[in-house]
Amino acid sequence: MSGNGKDFEPRIVGFLCNWCTYAAADTAGVSRMAQPPNVDVIRVMCSGRIDPVFILKAFAEGADGVIVSGCHPPGDCHYQEGNFKTFRRMPLLEMLLQQYGIEEERFYWGWISGAEAPKWAQLVNDFTEQVRELGPLNWKQQIESKE
Amino acid sequence: MSENGKLKLGLYWAASCGGCEIAIVELREKILVVDEVADILFWPCAVDAKYKDVEAMPDGHMDVFLFNGAIRTSENEEMAHLMRKKSKVFVAFGSCAHEGCIPGLANLFDRQSIFERVYLTSQSVDNPKGIVPQTSYQMPEGEVTIPHFYDTVKTLDQVEDVDYYIPGCPPQAPQIWAVIEAILSGNLPPKGSVVGASPNKTVCDECKHNRMEKRIKKFYRPHEIIPDHDACLFDQGIICSGPATRGGCGALCTSVDMPCRGCYGPAPGVIDQGAALLSAVASVVDADTEEEAARIIGEVVDPAGTFYRFGLPASLLHRKKI
Repeated sequence: MSGNGKDFEPRIVGFLCNWCTYAAADTAGVSRMAQPPNVDVIRVMCSGRIDPVFILKAFAEGADGVIVSGCHPPGDCHYQEGNFKTFRRMPLLEMLLQQYGIEEERFYWGWISGAEAPKWAQLVNDFTEQVRELGPLNWKQQIESKE
Repeated sequence: MSENGKLKLGLYWAASCGGCEIAIVELREKILVVDEVADILFWPCAVDAKYKDVEAMPDGHMDVFLFNGAIRTSENEEMAHLMRKKSKVFVAFGSCAHEGCIPGLANLFDRQSIFERVYLTSQSVDNPKGIVPQTSYQMPEGEVTIPHFYDTVKTLDQVEDVDYYIPGCPPQAPQIWAVIEAILSGNLPPKGSVVGASPNKTVCDECKHNRMEKRIKKFYRPHEIIPDHDACLFDQGIICSGPATRGGCGALCTSVDMPCRGCYGPAPGVIDQGAALLSAVASVVDADTEEEAARIIGEVVDPAGTFYRFGLPASLLHRKKI
């Protein structure tokens, strides 16, 4: 569904930790909180398990935006310090994505607890509109270019 | 093989620095053995043969072709197609052909911004008419043309079918020799293999420095610190590509206390060398709060140029957004 203009539907990949943000997303769903269907959720056991390769690959293969979300530090993590890995890794990835010319509005990383379903629904609404505003990223096309 | 039983060998350089040619000369006296067992049919750096001589060969005429250099211009690509057609075994020789190498860092820019810098704004340029290269120009004598400069540097296998890869900037002489021996004995691994390097180890496995898995509060660039000879360079806050890089070089750089720069490419099993290195760098940061992590990480200068110093065109994203 790529294309410019109002008919553009952004494709967003969300990597959510099993214990907090996924639970929030689940609750938001069963509570019927209004949210656009643009986020493809991938559940991982911990946000500290998210390899930067996942995010790069998502962009390379057609994602227009990526969300990474886990448990609030310092104390919410199911594995005690998994989210520490996330906040050490993601700022560096953010710097890298900027060098690649990927707008910072296309990448969100942060924390949403299992009790924050409305916050998840709000993020999906805001982030989808933010990415829609930027238009398609079209990385695949760029890679396939002959020159 | 030719009638005299010798291997027919060809070599070419595309977008490269010439270091790969030096690496072959670095075989020293063994170069004489190469001459004994092989006829070099094409090697612009050392042998007087022309493109038209290659064009005149039957297809698949050369037994082995070592192609070094990245694909920067339409000429590089044209040569890649021609040499592939005329050879049986086509080898990406050296980091540029393998994964783009230093020329590939130009993928953080594009043709227009490179031309502007090189021909217009660089301090050493005197170009009052603002002339930049054009692919064709009408002279009184007729039209003259030059190759087209691409926006994106490509690896050899992004434009042609490659049989083997020999990594390194440049490949180390003993490794080149091992590959030549393997070719002569006919003992070649499956197509697509990286040869002349370790099949299963990283540079860390070959490094003499001792990893204590320390965490660090500050990153140093190599010129900002005199490193300890025994301790792991990473433990001392120096970003070293060793954990993400394929072994086979013998950890030459770290043996003189310089960090590994990553020229042997991604370690076996690694999809994206830069992403692997990014994770390794983040893992040594000693920070228990988001603010402190951001402060320490913020000291890393030029993540893309550091993590993808040799492999940007071969990485998942290939280049900066145009």
